[in-house]
Amino acid sequence: MAVTGTNQSPPALSATAHDGDDSLPVVLIHRFPTFTGSLFPSLPTHFRLLDLLTTDASNLQSATAILCVGPPPPVTPEFLDRFPSLKIVVCSSVGVDHVDLPECRRRGIVVTNAGSAFAEDVADYAVALLIDVLRRVSAADRYVRAGSWPVKGDYPLGSKVSGKRVGILGLGRIGSAIATRLAAFGCQIRYSSRKEKPSLPFAFYKTALDLAANSDVLIACCALTDETFHVINGEVMTVLGKRGVIINVGRGSLVDEKELVEFLLRGDLGGAGLDVFEDEPHVPKELFALDNVVLSPHSAVVTPESIGTLQDVVIGNLKAFFAGQPLISPVID
Amino acid sequence: MESIGVLLMCPMYSYLEQELQSRFNLFKLWQQPPSKITEFLKSNQRTIKAVVSNARVGVDAQLIDSLPNLEIVASFSVGFDKIDLKRCEEKGIRVTNTPDVLTDDVADLGIALILAVLRKICPCDGFVRSGKWKDGDFGLSTKFSSKPVGIVGLGRIGSAIAKRAQAFGCSISYHSRTQKPLKPYKYYDNIVDLAKNCSILVVACSLTDETRHIVNREVIDALGPRGILINVGRGAHVDEPELVSALLEGRLAGAGLDVYEDEPEVPEPLLRLDNVVLLPHVGSDTVETCNAMADLVLANLEAHFNSRPLPTPVI
Repeated sequence: MAVTGTNQSPPALSATAHDGDDSLPVVLIHRFPTFTGSLFPSLPTHFRLLDLLTTDASNLQSATAILCVGPPPPVTPEFLDRFPSLKIVVCSSVGVDHVDLPECRRRGIVVTNAGSAFAEDVADYAVALLIDVLRRVSAADRYVRAGSWPVKGDYPLGSKVSGKRVGILGLGRIGSAIATRLAAFGCQIRYSSRKEKPSLPFAFYKTALDLAANSDVLIACCALTDETFHVINGEVMTVLGKRGVIINVGRGSLVDEKELVEFLLRGDLGGAGLDVFEDEPHVPKELFALDNVVLSPHSAVVTPESIGTLQDVVIGNLKAFFAGQPLISPVID
Repeated sequence: MESIGVLLMCPMYSYLEQELQSRFNLFKLWQQPPSKITEFLKSNQRTIKAVVSNARVGVDAQLIDSLPNLEIVASFSVGFDKIDLKRCEEKGIRVTNTPDVLTDDVADLGIALILAVLRKICPCDGFVRSGKWKDGDFGLSTKFSSKPVGIVGLGRIGSAIAKRAQAFGCSISYHSRTQKPLKPYKYYDNIVDLAKNCSILVVACSLTDETRHIVNREVIDALGPRGILINVGRGAHVDEPELVSALLEGRLAGAGLDVYEDEPEVPEPLLRLDNVVLLPHVGSDTVETCNAMADLVLANLEAHFNSRPLPTPVI
């Protein structure tokens, strides 16, 4: 990541092992310059951390491990060229759309992700967004705080959650956790996934379009790949219908955001709950005035529990790598 | 049936109003100026044989006594705490409510409040709408899954909340008038012990003399500074001033409220707190459920005036 043309070095990370213990294995830290959050506090105990943005290039030639932290920074062929000895890229996110996976495979570099560290928190969040949109929780809360209840009377009716047909796009760890939760609400679960999972009691649809045609709600929680880019497009939104609701806790680009805004403004979609956007932290301003939309600043995983579990997974993967043991959460394409 | 007088206590639901209008001789109490109400009731007391009430506007002894031909009170709610049951019983007046059809909606909302409070959904939404996300991240919220949930009242609604919370991996415990041996959850015979042993306390019981202010200072203290209170019962279940001071003083981590002691008034200090979610008594306020509730009210009235068994009698 090139620093834009000033003489100032990028702000340092708030916790690196600086010189640290020479006997510890070296892990290179890859981040956006704007990310200066504190690193996992236990990391320096186990590894000698070198921040790519502030470390001498000579140290990098022999490095075998890279850890991506913060908003996922790109891992491109050009980036990989700088590390001829690299063998593992450890990611702090579930999504690995920022990593050129075929290129890593070609170079024999293994990639790990957050595994199931976040599954529960993301699933909880998806359900929270869904109920909020259908029952207008945030909008009604605003109504009360504005003093409107005594003046304007009862808040307009929402829509029942229990019994709705919920279509889950991507039935991995997160999608399965969402399915378990919403099944307890009496929702009818159906899904679309790369592969059918016959052991699960939910109806499978081959395409997002078929899924939308048979759902009242679509929840996007699959990986972002070339195939799933804009998988929820205008056609899918049309088929989902005027009372349809879209929840996105995956990646912004799973949804054609421009189309989504237009559908919502025209009233051709019932509502949306969004934790991710195509160009974070930018959110289409037209959505701010809508009461059938709930907006969230990519917060689904931000709990102490998830961050703690994530640290365990990251350290676990790195330790396993350096010890030649099986990895905890390798990304298998 | 058009000659049977039905008194509607307040505006409730347009579909219900329209149906009552077409099937009965409908009187709308709120269209009378307050000073003329006694006169109005007197001139129509022979005709009025039924009253339709709801959670907000009840039927007291005074009203019952002013309607000598009153035969049935049909409430557009499951709660009947605002109906003078004793007086109705004395006069042989039937009372009906709308159980079961709204159980799912209220349970859904209970979980919605838990999630909204713990995961800070409303402040997160406000954070984005205000443009603050461009300047930095929102920060941490609290995980829901696997947290211990305590439910006050394990009736239809309490059980439905328990079923949903279990799907989030939560352990469930409860306090109720009597233990429910068929329910696989831990029972506490007093609410303070329940509050001590959970981090999310949900009120879902009916309002009676025994349960008025059942959530008081002692319970709030037992729940503790990391606990949250969720109320989808009645405002009077909670000592509201105690709740407010606990929240202001940080002795309680947060609260999700759908009901208040004096609706539609909400204690002013709560309006400025980020760790509370405030809803305007919308527990059963969905199109689907209101339709079902209305149909049940109508079914009870029709059954009564056709001398058939009532679908959902209270007495």
